[in-house]
Order: sequence, then C-alpha cells, then structure tokens
Amino acid sequence: MLVLGIDTSCDDTSAGVVTGDLAILSNVVSSQDEVHTKFGGVVPELASRKHLENIIPIVDSALVKAGVALKEIDIIAVTKGPGLVGSLVAGISAAKAISLALQIPLLGVNHLEGHIASSLLTKNPPPPKFPFVALVVSGGHTSLYLVKKDGEGEGGTIEYVLKGQTLDDAAGEAFDKVAKLLNLGYPGGRLIEKAAALAHDAGWEGVTFPRAYLKKGSFDFSFSGVKTSVRNYIKASEKDGDLDDELKGRIAQGFQEAVVEVLAKKSISLVLTEGVDTLVVCGGVAANGRLREVIFEGAVEHDIRVVIPKRELCTDNGAMIGAVGVLRANEARLDNLSMNAISRLKI
Amino acid sequence: MSNTEKNGLIISTNSPEETILLGSALGKGALGGRGLFVALTGEMGAGKTKFTQGIAKGLKIDEGYVVASPSFTLINEYPGEIALNHIDLYRLGGTDELLELGYEEYFYGDGVTVVEWAERADELLPVNRINISISILSENIREFRISFLGETNEKLSVASVGFIKEHLMTFIESKKGE
Repeated sequence: MLVLGIDTSCDDTSAGVVTGDLAILSNVVSSQDEVHTKFGGVVPELASRKHLENIIPIVDSALVKAGVALKEIDIIAVTKGPGLVGSLVAGISAAKAISLALQIPLLGVNHLEGHIASSLLTKNPPPPKFPFVALVVSGGHTSLYLVKKDGEGEGGTIEYVLKGQTLDDAAGEAFDKVAKLLNLGYPGGRLIEKAAALAHDAGWEGVTFPRAYLKKGSFDFSFSGVKTSVRNYIKASEKDGDLDDELKGRIAQGFQEAVVEVLAKKSISLVLTEGVDTLVVCGGVAANGRLREVIFEGAVEHDIRVVIPKRELCTDNGAMIGAVGVLRANEARLDNLSMNAISRLKI
Repeated sequence: MSNTEKNGLIISTNSPEETILLGSALGKGALGGRGLFVALTGEMGAGKTKFTQGIAKGLKIDEGYVVASPSFTLINEYPGEIALNHIDLYRLGGTDELLELGYEEYFYGDGVTVVEWAERADELLPVNRINISISILSENIREFRISFLGETNEKLSVASVGFIKEHLMTFIESKKGE
C-alpha cells in the first residue's frame, strides 16, 4: 500500500509518501527559515495563496523523491483541520482533484492525529506500542493525550483521550514571543535554545521564573504567566541599560527551564497516573534539545520508554498525515468529495 | 482609579482575575447585539487573551471551550447563541496578507469579533468598533482605555453600546465598593 499525505494547515505546504508498513519514501516541506530570517522577525506565510502556488510542485516533488507515479498511489490522506480554512482548502482541493481524476480513495485527517502518528514512523528507536501517552507541543498546540487501541491489527480502532491542554499560550508560542522580547529573531524556539545553551556553557546562572502547575492533579498548562514574568524582568533590567548577551542568555536559560520542567513533569506524571509505559513527544517543540534531555532524565528514573521522532517529523509534514492514512485506510472513500475544511477540530 | 472620558471609559484592573471580570462585563453587554467588533491593542503580556476569556464568559460561550491564544492559529471560533471570533494578528506581516485571507468574512461576521494586535489591521479595521488599549501599569495592574467609534457611539444598530456601557459602569461601581 502507498499513501500520499498532504498538509496545508499552517505555514508550510508539505507532502510525503509512506508505505503500508509505515516506511517513509519521501517527505517534502516548503518552509525555509532562511527566507523568514531575512525579514528579521516572525514573517509567516499566512497567505493561502502561497499554498496554492506550492501544492502541485510539492506533491510532484514528493512523488519523484519516492520514485512512484501518482497512479500507483492507493490512498490520498489530506489534513482537513484544525487550521485556517483558506489554507486547508488549498490542500483539500488538490487532494479531491487527484482523487476524482485517478479514482483514488480519499481520507480527511486531523492534523493533531498526524503529529501523534509521526511517532509510528520512527524506526530507531522503534515506534511506540499502544497504549501510550502523547504530548503534542508546538506553536499552536500544547496537549496531553492518552492514546489507546481497541482490537488488534487493521481492524483495531485508535482512541484519543484528551487529558490536558494549554489554557492560554501554547509552549511554542511562548518561546516565539520571548525570543521577540529578547530581540533574538526568528525562528524563536531554536534561538532561545541556542542562547540558553551558550549561557549554560559559560556558567551563567539562569534567571528563575515561576512555574505554572495549576491545581493539584491538573494536566493542563499555562505559559502566559511565565511570558509576562519575562517581560516584566526585561523591563526592570532595561532601566540599567540595554540587555547584554549574558543577561539575554540567563533569561533565555531560565525561561526555557521553566517551560521544559512543567512539560516534562506533567507528561511523566500522566504516564504514571495512567499506568502506561511509553511517552511520545511530538510537534515542533519536541525538537528542543533541552526538553528531550529533561524528559529522558525523568523517564529513566521511572523506567518509562520515551519516543521522540526526529526533527523533520516533529515539525509539520506530509508523511505524518500519510501515516494516519495507513492507520485509517479502511475509512478512505472514493466519494469523499464533499469533505470540508474544519477550522476547529478536536481528536 | 476609574473614570469616564468624554467618549469612553478608563478602567483599571488589579489582577488577571479582575481583567477576566471586566471582559465578562463587556461580553454580557454584547449579548444584546450582533456584529460587534472589539479592537484590542497593548504590548505582550498586557492581558489581551485574558480579557477575551472574560468576553467569552460574558457571552456565555460553552465552558467546555478553552479560550486559548490564537497567535499561531490566527483565528479561533467559538460557537454560541452569539458566536465569538477570536483573532490575533501577532504574526501578520502586512495588511496585504489580511486581504488574501479574506478577512471580511471574519471582520464583518454575525458574532462578536475580538482582534488582538488590532493596530496591524490598520485601515482595514471596521469604522464601527470599540477600541480598547491596555497599558501595563505594574506587575499586576492594567489600565483599559475603552472608546466607542463610529455608529457604536450613538446608535444601537450595530451593538447595544448603551447596554455595554451599563455593564462596564456596574463593574466600575463594584470596584468602588472595595
């Protein structure tokens, strides 16, 4: 079985081809951070038009890299939400056109399910076994799920139980905004990580910022408070002149520690509460090295297996949508042409 | 700390919780009318999302919905008797991007539309709107400058401005009792 996965839910246009046994044949993403950096700030392509320009070349490229022809594809999986309707429609329209023209069954996919499914595409370490806890952490989302499978094999249905979510800012958003406050530029997440690592190596102590654990036993998150604390700290420090690199590094380090600690502790705590043995961390922020480090440290302590996909699978990509296509192959339909984009979509 | 201006109100809140209460007062007032547009401005950490959480509460949006920041998602829609469109222009590069996004559908929709970083929409902002600029006075204290622009100033056709003002005044009165 060959599945073509397409995602146009956020800034990137992406497409990938995966096989029935979840091997990635290709995974092509349009984003180029260098292009963004040129403008010295967060300059995403919000414009849906960009997706329209990108979609055909990206799909072509994914097919060429996979070495397969479009007519060999068995299922087309496309993100139907959550996301901006205008952007989603670009991917959905292309998918529908291919489905209709070549009579290939079509499946609408939840983007968040795609992020979780990205862990099933990992080969080393091997993919997680059900049930497991998944932390989806990105610019737009920070959620904890219990992922279960009823029944074995292809007939089994996967269930996602939302156990916690951010009540205000997503973790990736907080990284991005703090990077902006520190004038670090774009992409914020990676630059905070870099500044924090430099500070750590130089022996500069991180500034202590508050951790929001919310009420006892809650698996929800809140990162708006730590962002505001950083803002207040910067304002107070600026009275003594501009922030030097040392202070920026100390703030970046302290902020990162505050966010990472809460993400790691709550994730591990949920794994223990649910009595499962595996934690999956996915989404763009899962690429953060310090988050990986702290989660692995905590996991070792409790004998928890951690699966974090490699960087290119953590960020938005088409292969992860293709992976959901494999999991839900029996739901793909030839007459799925009335499928709509859905801006709010829960799993 | 609260007083009325010729064409608006200045209200301060002493905590994030009170910011939610103020938002809720505005939301309750907005239950009377459709098509209300609220333009929020204020630096990072000012409490724009907190205030919007309050508006959702006042509008009686189902509490099962978490009103989280739309900075990355750009728009979060919450259904209800009067729907709430929560928009955030933080990541907007320029007004041309708004044009390409088909912003009219959201800006001139039926429900209540709240836009964070509204200054980035510039001349595309609807003429009839409530402008709210939030200033950080100290770690916890925020000052809200609320002004009523266009027809929302006198007519009740766009939204029940009188009703909204009434609710905001009730909030001010409740603070005086502290």
